This record gives sequence, C-alpha cells and structure tokens, in this order.
Amino acid sequence: MKRFLAFLRKEFFHIFRDPRTLIILFGIPIAQLMLFGYVMTNEVRNVKIAIVDHSQDDFSKRLTNRLLSSGFFQLSAIPTAEADYENLFRSGTIKELVIFGPDFGRHLINEGRADIQVIADASEPNAAQLIVNYTTAITNSFVKNELMKDQVLPGINIKVRMLFNENMRDAYNFIPGLIAVILMLISAMMTAITIAREKESGTMEILLASPLRPIQIILGKVVPYMLLSIVSALVVLALGMIVFKVPVIGSFALLLAEILLYIFLALSLGILISTFVDSQLTAMAISGFVLMLPSILLSGFIFPIKNMPIPLQVIANLMPPRWFIEINRSVMLKGGGLAEIWPNTLILLGLSILFIFISVKKFKIRLQ
Amino acid sequence: MIVVNELHKTYGETVALGKVSLTVKEGELFGLIGPDGAGKTSLMRILMSLLLPDGGTATMNGLDIVRDYKKVRLITGYMPGKFSLYPDLTVEENLQFFATVFGTTIQENYHLIKEIYQQIEPYKTRRAGKLSGGMKQKLALSCALIHKPEILILDEPTTGVDAVSRKEFWEMLKRLKAMGITILVSTPYMDEATICDRIALIQDGHLMSVETPLAMMQAFAEDLWAVRSKKIYHTSKLLGQLPSMISVNSFGQVLHLVTPKGKHTPQSIKEFLSLHDESELTVEPALATIEDVFILLMNNRKAKS
Repeated sequence: MKRFLAFLRKEFFHIFRDPRTLIILFGIPIAQLMLFGYVMTNEVRNVKIAIVDHSQDDFSKRLTNRLLSSGFFQLSAIPTAEADYENLFRSGTIKELVIFGPDFGRHLINEGRADIQVIADASEPNAAQLIVNYTTAITNSFVKNELMKDQVLPGINIKVRMLFNENMRDAYNFIPGLIAVILMLISAMMTAITIAREKESGTMEILLASPLRPIQIILGKVVPYMLLSIVSALVVLALGMIVFKVPVIGSFALLLAEILLYIFLALSLGILISTFVDSQLTAMAISGFVLMLPSILLSGFIFPIKNMPIPLQVIANLMPPRWFIEINRSVMLKGGGLAEIWPNTLILLGLSILFIFISVKKFKIRLQ
Repeated sequence: MIVVNELHKTYGETVALGKVSLTVKEGELFGLIGPDGAGKTSLMRILMSLLLPDGGTATMNGLDIVRDYKKVRLITGYMPGKFSLYPDLTVEENLQFFATVFGTTIQENYHLIKEIYQQIEPYKTRRAGKLSGGMKQKLALSCALIHKPEILILDEPTTGVDAVSRKEFWEMLKRLKAMGITILVSTPYMDEATICDRIALIQDGHLMSVETPLAMMQAFAEDLWAVRSKKIYHTSKLLGQLPSMISVNSFGQVLHLVTPKGKHTPQSIKEFLSLHDESELTVEPALATIEDVFILLMNNRKAKS
C-alpha cells in the first residue's frame, strides 16, 4: 500500500508539473464549453434586420414592434432607396430585410390578406432558414391575435410543443454531449499518454524491474486521472447548469454514477491504447484521431445517428460516447431513471469489462 | 553470485545471445566488454527478468531468474542504459520514490549511498532532468542502491559521461565492491576494462574470452608493435600490405601492428616501409591492451566463420 501511495504521489507530481497536462485537463474543457456555448450556436438571437414600411399604418407599426421586441431581431437599418438593399446585405450590415407592402393594414382588414416580403441572406443557408421561420412564426401569431380574436375560423389549429426543450435551446443539446467528449479526451488520452511516456523515457524498464506489481502500476496511473476527470466533469456540469441553465431533471446521484462508469470506461480504453503504442506521439495520434473525431461526429452529439448511412450507424453503435450521451440526455432533460437507461448502462459496463480484460491480458510484465 | 548457463536469445533471425555461459563470483566486479549490439543489454535484461530467454538458465544468488523473478527483483539493483529516472521529479523525490517502491527508506540505507549521494545532495531540490550527465549517473546509481541490493547490474553506466565523472564512477564501483556487493557492469570502453576483477569480451552474442584483464593482455598470442610515424594515415595503408601481417589499428597517434609470433622484427618492418619511401618512423615492441586482444579475437572469429 505504501508503494502504491508513493506511486500516486509521483503521478500527481507529473501532472502538476507539466503545463501541457494541465492545459489539456482544465483548459480544453472550458475552451470547448465556450466554443460550443457561444460560437457554434444555431440559435437565433439579435439577428440584424432592416425594415422597410411602405404603409406606415397602425398594423405595420405594431407588427414591427412585435418583431423587434421578440429578442430575436435587432433593427440595424431603415433603408429608403431600393438601391441600398443589396449593399446592406453585401456589407453584412443586415441578415434579413422585411418589406411591408403599401396599405398593409387596409388590405389585411378588408381583404383578409396583405403582403410582406422577406429577403434573407442565404449565404448561410441554415441560418437564413431559421431566421425566416422565426419571422413567419411571429407574423402568423400576430395576425391570429390581432384579427381573429373574436372569430372562430374553421381549420386545423396545430399546437406544437417541443418537449424536454421547449425553447429549442442549444445548450440542452451540447452540454450532455460535451461531457461525454471531454471525459473521453481527458481520461482516455491522458492515461494513454502517461503510460506511453514511461515507456518512452525508459522508466517503465525500472518500474518493471521493481517489486511493483502490474496492477499497482495500472491503478497508480488510473486513480489520479479518475479524480481529475471527476473534477472536470463536475466543472462542466456546474457551468452547464449555472451559465447555460441546463436542468438536471432526473436523479443527480444517478447521473454522477453514470459519469463515474463512463470515466472508468474511458480510462480502460486509454490503458488499452497504451498497451500497443510505445511513444507519446502515437498515443496522442490514436486517441486524437481514432477516438476524438468519431466521438464527436458519430456519437449523435452533433449529427443524429438515425440519419446516417447504415455502415456508419454500425460504427456509431461501437462508440462508447453514443450510449453515454443518450444516458445524459435522458437523465438531465427527460428525468429518466434506471428503468429507461439500463440497456445503455449495461453496454457501458460491458465495454469497460471488455477493455480491461484485453488490457490486463496485453499488459506486459516484461519488456519486448 | 551470478551463474549463467547456456543462455540463448534470438530476435527473429538475429542471434542476440548464443548459448552464453558465465559465472560472476560473489563480491566480484565483473565487466562485460563489447561494442554496441554485441548482446550486453540482452544478457542484462534477461538477468533482470525483463526478457525471457529462449533457452538456458541463470541464477542470481541461487534464485532462478524465470521462476523466482519476483525475489530476483528484490535483491538486485539495476541501472538501464538509458537515463531512466523521472526528469520532472527532484533529486530527492526520485530517490524517495525508489526507496518506497522497494519497501525501504532513505534513512535506513543512507550509509550505502552516502559517499555518492553527498556529492549531489546540495542539488537535491533540483529537477533530475536539469542535472549534468555525471550527476544523473550518480543519482541513478543512488536509486539503484537504495534498497541495499546484493547484486548490482549496470548497463553502460558511463556512456555519455565526461572523462572525470567516468573515473569517479569507477572509483565508486570499487568502493561498492569493497562492501561485498556483486557487480556486473557493461561498457563499450576498453580502457575501463582494466579496473574490473574479471572481464568477458562479447561480440555478436558470443563470449570470446573470460579472464582477468591482466591475464588476458599477457596471453596475447602474437607480436605487437607500436609504430610512430609523421604520416600516420599513409603508413597505416602501407602496413596493410606487409606480408603476413594480421592487423593494423590506430590508437591516437600510434599504430598498433599485429604480426604472427616471431615472424617480424622492428628491423624487417622498417625495411619494408623504407622500400616505399617511409623512413622517419620508429617501431618498437608493445604490450597488448584489451582493445588489441578484442580485435585479435574478433578477427580470429571472423576468420573461422
């Protein structure tokens, strides 16, 4: 036990004396959180628009107010000449132009129909689509509220509810996913690198020639990163809950237990990688490209798995993060319990046992 | 005591060790002398139970290196060829770590490493990676000694270390020997061989000779001449054409010429050279060094195969 503690102490010295390790451990999670939180956002917020009002009546003004007070749009220009329209788009001053036709209110009341032209900057197609959808939705609800208050019209009234994420907030998607990706990065990559470093520097030769048992060496490598991964997971979770207001509806204890299981899985994967690489660089390359990219792209974090071609779906099913992200979403957003997520939990458990089994089989107590 | 019995090890086609047998006596300072790739490291790794032999057996103080490898690891101190301490730990932390791993403390065995460790103790808060080559070796030796091993196995401890530190290092080994520790040390430097009690010359995985350095040098079977000349390169080429010569090698500013016993005299060699316009030179009989012995044995081996 004393030996093991000495080993742990040494590992912590390694971690806290290496700026690179510290950056990966704490810099990357926060950077990724900020990146996904503020940069790679699909949400419509404060989009710059211009409004041209040819009618200037009560209705057009009220609709303008409605649009601008929604929080989604921000008035950036009121062009007067038609020639300016294109320039405004070209210079990037506006992303959308809303033009009210003449006699907007009169047409609306008398004929029950009036014209609005919406022009959007479609050089970013997804964003343009979203902006136009929001504009249409606000306009439709305005018309309903203003004109049909007292009337009962025939027709189907579709009431949409976006369950579990009523406001379609991005954070609800990326926080559960990010926890999976970050933990995979820290746990798997760092363990693989740290074991490869011992091999590279020749210290593994001394460790093997010492009375330390292989299990002590492996555990000595795993425990520090386990602790740090837990800290990192809690930080991301806390930031997600406080800054991005993502709820944890289900049991918090269950979520933590699942996170712990997932960390264990990632660590065993790291050990597995380390058993067949000899240098830190290969360890980094393997965990980086073979692990990181699929766990971002094929895990359902960004792209839904159901939309992938069948071969990719098969590969995606082999990605541990894919199962963990489902667990996270279920527990955090839907309030799911063990009753819902036991298959995923079982898969994670099975994969961990498999990885550990292969690692122990492959871990060499001698050189060669 | 280390007893090696017909140890055999191959890597694919390459024979790293070809049925090597060897005995290192208790309390002996034994040198394994040979160039890179001769099989020194393979032998040491097998003894340290880091590699499994393909054939043969070996015991360290009676413990079988395959069956009792756990016990072997407790009674041996090992210094691998590559500097293998933790560069990001301080001198003291490294020593502390290895002491604890081997189930002891620095205090308990301080007397063993005192003389060596005292020299680096002023730098004990310095990171090991920032030490000079000589100091690194001293630290590595301290770490290998801290658990009071009965046998010490050192793989090229002086490679890459400056001349002064090398000399100091061998002095330390002598003192450790005086404490009764059995030491097996390898080196590619032939001049270091004379410090050992006995040496084994190893080449291509085969032991060519095992003797005391003195006996080995005295048993030199052929005539050896020291040739001094102004145009050393030219002379060396000419001597290559001397009838029945065995080898010419340059030792700094001196050429060592080996000829069959009784075949040549200084006069006959000078005469041969003066035939080719070489006159300003001296030729005198010389005592063989370990390197001469090594080269002669190596050439004999080549001639046989």
